[in-house]
Amino acid sequence: MERQVYKKINSIIFGVFSPKQIMDLAAVKVVTPELYDREGYPVDGGLMDIRMGVIDPGMRCKTCGQKLKECPGHFGYIGLARPVVHIKFVRQVYDLLRSSCKYCGRVLVPEANLKKYLGLLENSSSEEGFEARRRKIKAIVTKYKLKDKCPHCEKKQDKIKLEKPYNFFENEIRLSPIEVRARLEKLSEEDLELFGYFKGFRPEWMILTVMQIPPVTMRPSITLESGERSEDDLTHKLGDIVRINQRLFENINAGAPEVIIEDLWDLLQYHVTTFFDNEVAQLPPARHRGGQVLKTVASRIKSKEGRLRHNLAGKRTDFSARTVISPDPFIDLNEVGVPVSMAMSLTIPVRVTEWNKEYLIKFVQNGPKKYPGANYILKMDGKRKTITDETKEEILQELGEGYIIERHLMDGDIALFNRQPSLHRMSMMCHKVKVLPGRTFRLNPAVCNPYNADFDGDEMNLHIPQNEEARAEAQILMLVDTQIISPRYGLSVVGCIQDAITGNYLLTKELVLTRAEAVSLLYNCGVEDFSRLPNKEKIDGREVFSVLLPEDFSFNGKDKSGNEVKIVAGKLKSGVMDKANLGQESGLMLRNVYEQYGPAYTADLLGKISKLGITVLARRGFSIGIGDLDLSKDSRDEIKDVVDKSEEDVNKLIKNYYDHKLEPLPGRTILETLEVGILSGLNKARNRSGDIAMKQVVNSAAVTMARCGARGNPLNMAQMTAVVGQQALRGKRIDTGFRERTLSYFQKHDLSPKARGFIRNNFKSGLVPNEFFFGAMTGRDALMDTALRTPKSGYLYRRLSNAMQDLKVEYDGTVRDASRRIIQFSYGEDGLDVSKTKNGVIDVKNVIERVMEE
Amino acid sequence: MKADNEKLIESYSDKLPPSVLEEIKVGVPGTISKEKLIQILDRSILVYKNAKVHAGECVGLVSAESIGEPGTQMTLNTFHFAGVAEMNVTTGLPRIIEVFDSRKIISTPSMEVFLNSKINQDVEKVRQLASSIKETRFGELVSEYSLNIFEQTLGIKLNSEIIADKGLTTKDIVKLIKAKVKNFEVESKSDEIIFTQKSKSEDIKDLYGIKEKLKEIKIKGLKGIVQVLPVKRGEEYIILTSGTNLKDVLALPEVDGTRTVSNDIHEVREVFGIEAARQAIINEVYKVVESQGLNINIRHVMLVSDLMCVGGVVKGITRYGVVSEKASVLARASFETPLKHLINAALEGEIDNLTSVVENVMINQPVPIGTGLPGLVTKMK
Repeated sequence: MERQVYKKINSIIFGVFSPKQIMDLAAVKVVTPELYDREGYPVDGGLMDIRMGVIDPGMRCKTCGQKLKECPGHFGYIGLARPVVHIKFVRQVYDLLRSSCKYCGRVLVPEANLKKYLGLLENSSSEEGFEARRRKIKAIVTKYKLKDKCPHCEKKQDKIKLEKPYNFFENEIRLSPIEVRARLEKLSEEDLELFGYFKGFRPEWMILTVMQIPPVTMRPSITLESGERSEDDLTHKLGDIVRINQRLFENINAGAPEVIIEDLWDLLQYHVTTFFDNEVAQLPPARHRGGQVLKTVASRIKSKEGRLRHNLAGKRTDFSARTVISPDPFIDLNEVGVPVSMAMSLTIPVRVTEWNKEYLIKFVQNGPKKYPGANYILKMDGKRKTITDETKEEILQELGEGYIIERHLMDGDIALFNRQPSLHRMSMMCHKVKVLPGRTFRLNPAVCNPYNADFDGDEMNLHIPQNEEARAEAQILMLVDTQIISPRYGLSVVGCIQDAITGNYLLTKELVLTRAEAVSLLYNCGVEDFSRLPNKEKIDGREVFSVLLPEDFSFNGKDKSGNEVKIVAGKLKSGVMDKANLGQESGLMLRNVYEQYGPAYTADLLGKISKLGITVLARRGFSIGIGDLDLSKDSRDEIKDVVDKSEEDVNKLIKNYYDHKLEPLPGRTILETLEVGILSGLNKARNRSGDIAMKQVVNSAAVTMARCGARGNPLNMAQMTAVVGQQALRGKRIDTGFRERTLSYFQKHDLSPKARGFIRNNFKSGLVPNEFFFGAMTGRDALMDTALRTPKSGYLYRRLSNAMQDLKVEYDGTVRDASRRIIQFSYGEDGLDVSKTKNGVIDVKNVIERVMEE
Repeated sequence: MKADNEKLIESYSDKLPPSVLEEIKVGVPGTISKEKLIQILDRSILVYKNAKVHAGECVGLVSAESIGEPGTQMTLNTFHFAGVAEMNVTTGLPRIIEVFDSRKIISTPSMEVFLNSKINQDVEKVRQLASSIKETRFGELVSEYSLNIFEQTLGIKLNSEIIADKGLTTKDIVKLIKAKVKNFEVESKSDEIIFTQKSKSEDIKDLYGIKEKLKEIKIKGLKGIVQVLPVKRGEEYIILTSGTNLKDVLALPEVDGTRTVSNDIHEVREVFGIEAARQAIINEVYKVVESQGLNINIRHVMLVSDLMCVGGVVKGITRYGVVSEKASVLARASFETPLKHLINAALEGEIDNLTSVVENVMINQPVPIGTGLPGLVTKMK
């Protein structure tokens, strides 16, 4: 039988244990610091007493009789010889001492005001939350804690000071924890209500008289290879406490001088304090013999590596795998290629029934070493059996309905695929497994974008859901198809990239194929119905592309350079297919297909288009070389003219500046005006030369790619062929380095472009040393920026997600938080889901158009 | 005919959001028949219904992701506005962090002061107004200080050029100063003002003290406005300021109070109230998002802003702000300062009802969000 959750935790109540509760709860009273006797058996009444749980296999807990892993552990306690302050409650104790009367034990609030304040607090926790109440209490307490006369017994109050971390002084005389405790005992129940403690809480519990000893299971010892035992940090600390406590007892009983007792008492206080928190500012942390700081209770909970964030909020799973990824454009968008070796150790449990028994037996027959086989079977009683050559026969014999077979991963199985950092929900999507030879995960390059993956050695993770519910949820909610539209901006996040764009661009722009070529091309990307291919010898690229489109699809849009793209009834009539319609983060045509034909169709279409593009490119041939960057003499001259001219203009500007002829722009100094003029002049020159370069090199591969948006842009072209341009640091020309100049190569006070980071050469011709140096400067600046930005934005993200994780849309359409407080009456003011809209608006125009056509 | 159509469209206002109705109004041709219009409207309702969020959708997390994910793509640089030294405007990631932190003191407070149609075309008048609202302190008008130790006097020479430029007279200044300075005799001789200590003490510290104090005395303008810059925005001239003083600026008759904005969220809240602060957060964040060329739907920013403003005061997305308000102890503890939260919870006997996400993750239960929300109840016979 499968184990199921029958009980649900409804709520968790927090509280403070009273000394009585601690003793009642305890299974042991710890009296000796010894851990083990000579045989290595835990000492009774010691810190490793087996009544507090077991950590050794084979032993049974004396309290509950269960074995290791079954026994949850039980608390113990020690009676402290003298009370000590609990370090985490020092603040509260201090507040209580200061705001209560030392004689009559009443709060220093006049009787008349007491009622008023209580009334104030009564509703605040339910109405405004705990934090608001805490703040109110704080305000009241601060108001009265400095009063020097008790309003009840009219006696004068002495000033109490806290010497951190835990010593209280009244008039320079130290209050021992005993005295502190005595004062706290005097406080009445009614007065305590003002401080907001829970009902039944007694403040004297904050001064410890007995201490709880955590169960052994919470601080297991490790047996080293040498057979030596190494105890947990907590056990060490507890040992200290018990030892000192005992000595203190002995000394008190022997009537030792007060000084010695005080010293021991202090030491006990120190050990108890560091047991709870070893990072108290004013105390030296307790250390191991080697000098390593002990990790005690507080540091176990705290920080990213602490219990809360590491173990409780972070979960780990079985049935997962990780390896390098590599591209495979010929698998589907929603598939993931899984290496056979991996498929043989990742398994899926399948229950044997009357109808699948024969099918499943084959897996068992194959065993764990032959694909597709099975690794384990689960018997009806929940026992697990490994399938090996020896056990195979036996298993086959006994196998019956109700057994569960853990079979190998197969094509079509559901898997979750993930790449870190998982910044958005598209970082973890559901793929269908396709078992492939090799050692890497294969994925379609079109889904790189949502994962932000590339293939320079990236690794990704794969998880295999183990039950029907998980699989259904993954497939319906997380499949790549359903994630095509980003919830961030309502456009597609997947789309053709690089070669796929270039290929489709060339196909729809200029290619004419023979019918045979066209058929072969289409067959290659999964089309088998060629009836839509025009019946003629020479087939236009557009017609080939149109075959993929749905027959009743119409679309009017624009391509990247703004020309019209028209699709009428599934035929690309005019325009070319480029990044604007196929690419990721734009993909307008894809967006329309998605709207009309749904996720699955779109994913399929995208896969086909992508394959088509890549195949076209592979068959046509496409390569880039240094020759792509050659310019004709004319355009070289033209560029030279443009740059020369702008440099001349800039020099003129500089001359004007020196001659005091420059008119300042409003709100700027003359020097700034000059800088602005120079910057804009030089940038204009670069852009102009970039345009010239793009125009000149008509049919080079580099320009083609830049033009259709597959890779590169006019700026890249300009930098490679014409001029790299002005290097800027923090929005300004480079102006620091040496005194009065950027490099010692230049004259002092040289304002000319070349002395301030203007790179006249292009990457093809090569840079001169000083230019290279300027380039390196901006390069480093960019690196610094990224390095500093990542942790900052990471923290912002963490805060945002922590603050907003429980906001959800309720059934009434309002957005509420976990305490059901309304944040928005209608999500986004109109209740629209961004991922179901076009960039956040619903396409009314389309509706009108279609109605009008009818 | 047209009026009829509009009426018909209006009648759908309870079924469709205003933005859609507006688009239909603009989009349909004037000659449309009633049947077709109804068809369009009904079809729009269908489209609209299909595009609505599902109940249980964890919109908060989606918004957090949508803002957090592109955070890595934002720049850190502050944008040097117009090159004037004090006129920088923080943009990019630091600005977003600042707004979400809901800092009381922001790094570059500034305003965009719009002016009414009477003067917003006239550069000269705008410039005059600009320089009149800029805060001028006494220290800026001084050209020379002279301390006479023997006579215990402080002589201050004023820069007459600047004074004239600011449209002030020495007389006015002396009058202003007399009102502010006690314990000193103030005399003015042509362009020099002499301060003599009333009670002859030997201490020249007082003289130094008064000198520093004098520098800070406001002579003219509005408090807090450090720098002004008249610029052309579209068809009109507006004044950009560095430093904010919304209240006093709005009191000026030349100012168009309907469009003037400050980038200090807390100031906006004080002057206009929480709804305005909410809009200010949205505007400020969205300005950065757009300037960085990112594409984030406004809904996500709106949700964050609403969350920050829901209590009537602006709370930051920090452990002291929004997160401290959470009902669940474990959710708060898993964010920051876990010990503080656990100890307070223990003392107050807080109850965690496990209504949000992390607590349920911690105890291995389904989270009450999305598909974890509905429960299936079967009646056993």
